[in-house]
Amino acid sequence: MDKVLEVAKLSKVYGQGCPSCYELTGPQHNTNLCFRCGSIVAAHDVSFDLYKGEILGIMGESGSGKSTAVKCLYFDEPPTAGQATFFDDDKRYDLFALNAAQQRRLANHRFGMVYQNPHLGLNFDISAGGNIAERLLMSDMDNYARIRHQATRLLSRTEVLPERMDELPKTFSGGMQQRVQIAKALSTNPPLLFLDEVSTGLDLSVQAAILDLILEIQQEMGTAMIVVTHDLGVIRLLTGRTLVMKYGRVIESGLTDQILEDPQHAYTQRLVASAL
Amino acid sequence: MSEAPVLRVENFSKQFTLHEQGKRIPSSHNVSLSVYSGQLTALIGPTGAGKTTVLKGIYRTYLPGSGRILYRTQAGHEIDLAQADEHRMLALRRMEIGYVTQFLHALPRQATEDVVAQPLLHKGISKTDAQYQAREMLAAMNLPQRLWGISPSTFSGGEKQRVNLARGLVSRPRLLLLDEPTASLDQYTMERVIRLIEKLKTEGVAMLAIFHQKELVDRVANNVVTLEPPPAEEYALEETA
Ligand SMILES: Nc1ncnc2c1ncn2[C@@H]1O[C@H](COP(=O)(O)OP(=O)(O)OP(=O)(O)O)[C@@H](O)[C@H]1O
Ligand SMILES: Nc1ncnc2c1ncn2[C@@H]1O[C@H](COP(=O)(O)OP(=O)(O)OP(=O)(O)O)[C@@H](O)[C@H]1O
Ligand SMILES: [Mg+2]
Ligand SMILES: [Mg+2]
Ligand SMILES: [Zn+2]
Repeated sequence: MDKVLEVAKLSKVYGQGCPSCYELTGPQHNTNLCFRCGSIVAAHDVSFDLYKGEILGIMGESGSGKSTAVKCLYFDEPPTAGQATFFDDDKRYDLFALNAAQQRRLANHRFGMVYQNPHLGLNFDISAGGNIAERLLMSDMDNYARIRHQATRLLSRTEVLPERMDELPKTFSGGMQQRVQIAKALSTNPPLLFLDEVSTGLDLSVQAAILDLILEIQQEMGTAMIVVTHDLGVIRLLTGRTLVMKYGRVIESGLTDQILEDPQHAYTQRLVASAL
Repeated sequence: MSEAPVLRVENFSKQFTLHEQGKRIPSSHNVSLSVYSGQLTALIGPTGAGKTTVLKGIYRTYLPGSGRILYRTQAGHEIDLAQADEHRMLALRRMEIGYVTQFLHALPRQATEDVVAQPLLHKGISKTDAQYQAREMLAAMNLPQRLWGISPSTFSGGEKQRVNLARGLVSRPRLLLLDEPTASLDQYTMERVIRLIEKLKTEGVAMLAIFHQKELVDRVANNVVTLEPPPAEEYALEETA
């Protein structure tokens, strides 16, 4: 099996930081706020790897740093410290050493991101089809007919009616906006996809259909995915391995069924018990 | 029995620490056993003795406590599953080790024949072949054909159990773990399952199975391992910490 991503000691501090930030925060202090300098240690020492076709879950309560971790990897936020290596066929990229143009290029070509809030992932001023076309243009596809064909194909694959592709995203339901986001993310056939609370806040049946779609895509295309969620049902359904985060730290990781059936950490035991 | 075992468990023990309740719950205690290709080792013992815990420890659904779980792979390497890397474990689950749990866990909404075909797809078998083999297995399990296209979530206990078995057996793992596979089956279906188990033996599958009925153990087991209940009742963390 091939490794797609390797993350080592990723840290992200919001604020100017001080030498005591890491020491004064974390699960044992029950806070991510450094009282000495007022900075927030959103993530610290996060390490994991991801293999081709694998779905890794990141779970934890609100504010534990789940989104921060994927935002750094998708170049939405610069990390404070740490390393991430992306393996793409026989090429390897030291993600945080790349310049902005190289990072944008990877994000457009080789990564995909689906945000909880569709306003972050979609341009609401242009049509659903236009959103996909925009991403394809950025990744160097410039033949209009081909772009339109590809957009139609993706929207039907994600079960958005192709006849609605010229409508603006704001006329769509929440579930459909997520489908358009997924279609957009998949348009360049990325080997790595980040999904941040994709199904949160949607009706149960809509949620279920989105999760089915993600599983189908993973089986069809062998996309490696990182799924961020506080919903243990989503973790159980989608992922093979899971990281549990608390106050910016990974406190436990393992095979997903083991994390859910034999959690080791008191915090994970509480999370799992309260979800029953 | 000169052939080396496929699985050798040595002094496996496991206890659960429940932080919230401040308790330690003893489970499997000093379990040793061997499972051979083409044979079935039966795991018996009173309720709470830790039988299921042994299976889940081997499959790594439970984190093993102490002891060794030596598995000889298809490629001939011996690895300690208690120490194996997570990716290695996932690969073994996909290709070599199957587990039929006591109760069926299936994705909601998934049609029965897809539930059964799933392990084959994970193994890399084509959709058409997987579907064909899944149907064959469902027929062998005597599950009425009208049920194949719908989700097993509303099935009876016995129907669910047959789906569960079909899914476990369909991929012909090298090592198959079975947790009370016949508990909710009628006599007729049970006979079919026994015949299937015999067939798997001739194909060289190594099986470790928990059974409650003695009659069944007598009929299909080559080796029997009896677990004793753990030595002490659960105890508070303070006493042992
Ligand atoms: N731009 C920012 N500036 C300052 N603090 C931030 C910023 N973004 C996030 N944080 C803080 O970092 C911490 C981690 O936030 P993050 O969004 O990663 O949490 P999360 O685990 O995704 O939570 P949720 O489940 O609520 O989405 C939080 O305390 C948050 O307030
Ligand atoms: N996930 C778990 N968390 C905490 N305790 C557990 C867990 N799983 C099992 N135990 C405990 O371990 C002991 C052995 O349980 P196990 O299910 O292995 O027994 P068993 O021999 O399979 O019993 P039965 O014949 O009733 O199925 C019991 O006291 C049980 O409560
Ligand atoms: Mg978040
Ligand atoms: Mg049991
Ligand atoms: Zn500080």
